[in-house]
Amino acid sequence: MPAIEIRNVQKRYKDVHALKGVSLTIEEGEFFGLLGPNGAGKTTLISILAGLARADQGSIAVHGHDVVSDFRAARRALGIVPQELVFDPFFTVRESLRIQSGYFGLNRNDDWIDEVMANLDLTEKADANMRALSGGMKRRVLVAQALVHRPPVIVLDEPTAGVDVELRQTLWKFISRLNREGHTIVLTTHYLEEAESLCDRLAMLRRGEVVAQDRTSALLQRFAGLQLVLRLAHGVLPASLRALAAEPHQVNGGQYSLRLNSYDDVEPILAQCRAEGCTFDEIDIRKADLEDVFVQIMNGPEVIEGLA
Amino acid sequence: MIGFQTLLYKEVLRFWKVALQTVLAPVMTALLYLLIFGHAFQSRVEVYPGVAYTSFLIPGLVMMSVLQNAFSNSSSSLIQSKITGNLVFMLLPPLSHWEIFSAYTLASILRGLMVGFGVFIVTIWFVPMSFAAPFYIVAFAILGSAILGILGLIAGIWAEKFDQLAAFQSFLIMPLTFLSGVFYSTHSLPPLWREISRLNPFFYMIDGFRYGFFGASDIDPLKSLAIVTGFAVVLTALAIRLLAKGYKLRH
Repeated sequence: MPAIEIRNVQKRYKDVHALKGVSLTIEEGEFFGLLGPNGAGKTTLISILAGLARADQGSIAVHGHDVVSDFRAARRALGIVPQELVFDPFFTVRESLRIQSGYFGLNRNDDWIDEVMANLDLTEKADANMRALSGGMKRRVLVAQALVHRPPVIVLDEPTAGVDVELRQTLWKFISRLNREGHTIVLTTHYLEEAESLCDRLAMLRRGEVVAQDRTSALLQRFAGLQLVLRLAHGVLPASLRALAAEPHQVNGGQYSLRLNSYDDVEPILAQCRAEGCTFDEIDIRKADLEDVFVQIMNGPEVIEGLA
Repeated sequence: MIGFQTLLYKEVLRFWKVALQTVLAPVMTALLYLLIFGHAFQSRVEVYPGVAYTSFLIPGLVMMSVLQNAFSNSSSSLIQSKITGNLVFMLLPPLSHWEIFSAYTLASILRGLMVGFGVFIVTIWFVPMSFAAPFYIVAFAILGSAILGILGLIAGIWAEKFDQLAAFQSFLIMPLTFLSGVFYSTHSLPPLWREISRLNPFFYMIDGFRYGFFGASDIDPLKSLAIVTGFAVVLTALAIRLLAKGYKLRH
């Protein structure tokens, strides 16, 4: 049974069609990344998953429990770290975590609360009032609150936005450990290098639609692969090579990025350029990162066949 | 059950941590009303035979404090959570509508009764009081605070900003309490206004509550009890429906 099954979810706010029929399946134990620019619908999708919003159409199930009709079981299986930095100013860190445990029906949860706090470097702040904490510390408490009931599925909505290096490292160490122990992780982030290094599989959302969905390595390979960057000292790029240019036409002063299927393509391309009388200022081979893939997909046609 | 207990504990802890503002301040306000109105009208008004105006005033003041504070508790807790965004802590866990409803309402009842009891303890030093029918005192205090707690819950669910909540309080709750016979008997009103007062549900809460002290009231306390209970049932149904639908809470 999948950890999360999203079936044709549609959501419309007054004049915005926020989700236009999103379907995704996230398997148990996966580290899954949900990417997309602001306004793509990531947070709306997570809100529907979390029960904070209702879908107009379609359904979501967590470990087989529908998030509306069987909301108690679905919410018990979910730990959500919201994007907004929210806190209750009336309570200390420990009180907040105890109260959150209680909401999930857990009375004596201090051993686990202590362990979570230790793993997030919160122990020293256990008795500090929430108001007195820095933004980074508040973010840690939000993560801890999502984990008090040891949810098998953990969803982090941009957990590292505006967060310092130390917290990012602490957070990813802990989350990766939980993932190794079998927890399913769903992550949205704008830091693509984070998604690239952490996520097994990715989905990209654009204007409420899934435009790409694949294993991270496959996306990187299939999409951007290798690029040959040329800067010409003399001459112009032969017309036969124009089709390979990753970005339309020259970027600046005779610089071209050409897509390669393999390293074997390099020599024929260079040979063709020489045959047309070109000389080079610079030759570089770049391996594309997720950012290139992201930019290509976001600027690409509406839906990429075979990927969505 | 643990979910409900925790939410109740959190709601009580929330107002208890600021008890100076949520419990003691209203007691002080009520004491001021008693001193000022008592002084102004003591020698001029006798509402029921043999009952001094200050004595008449006390149950009204106690009930008014109970009602206003019960309303404040649930409504301000909810609107604060909504505006600061920490309402998600309550919306993400598997809490049922009944758990949320009962926890907010019970916490409101507790705060209402605490303030009411405080007002009573302080004012009783100034005026001798009788307890003709204690059952009615307890019954109307609990039902009244429950009704206002539920109204506060509904107002908190509906309001999106502080000023909408303030409007609810200033244009609905305050007039209904002040015009319910806190400071006067509706028998002293012209017939038209007396009839209009009968449409105010708060009137029955205060009139029945007062009966518990003096054994005298404007209308039969059993009738008041029935009306107030009916009002509580209707509001409960409404609040549960709003929570179940996620009205203005789950978008």
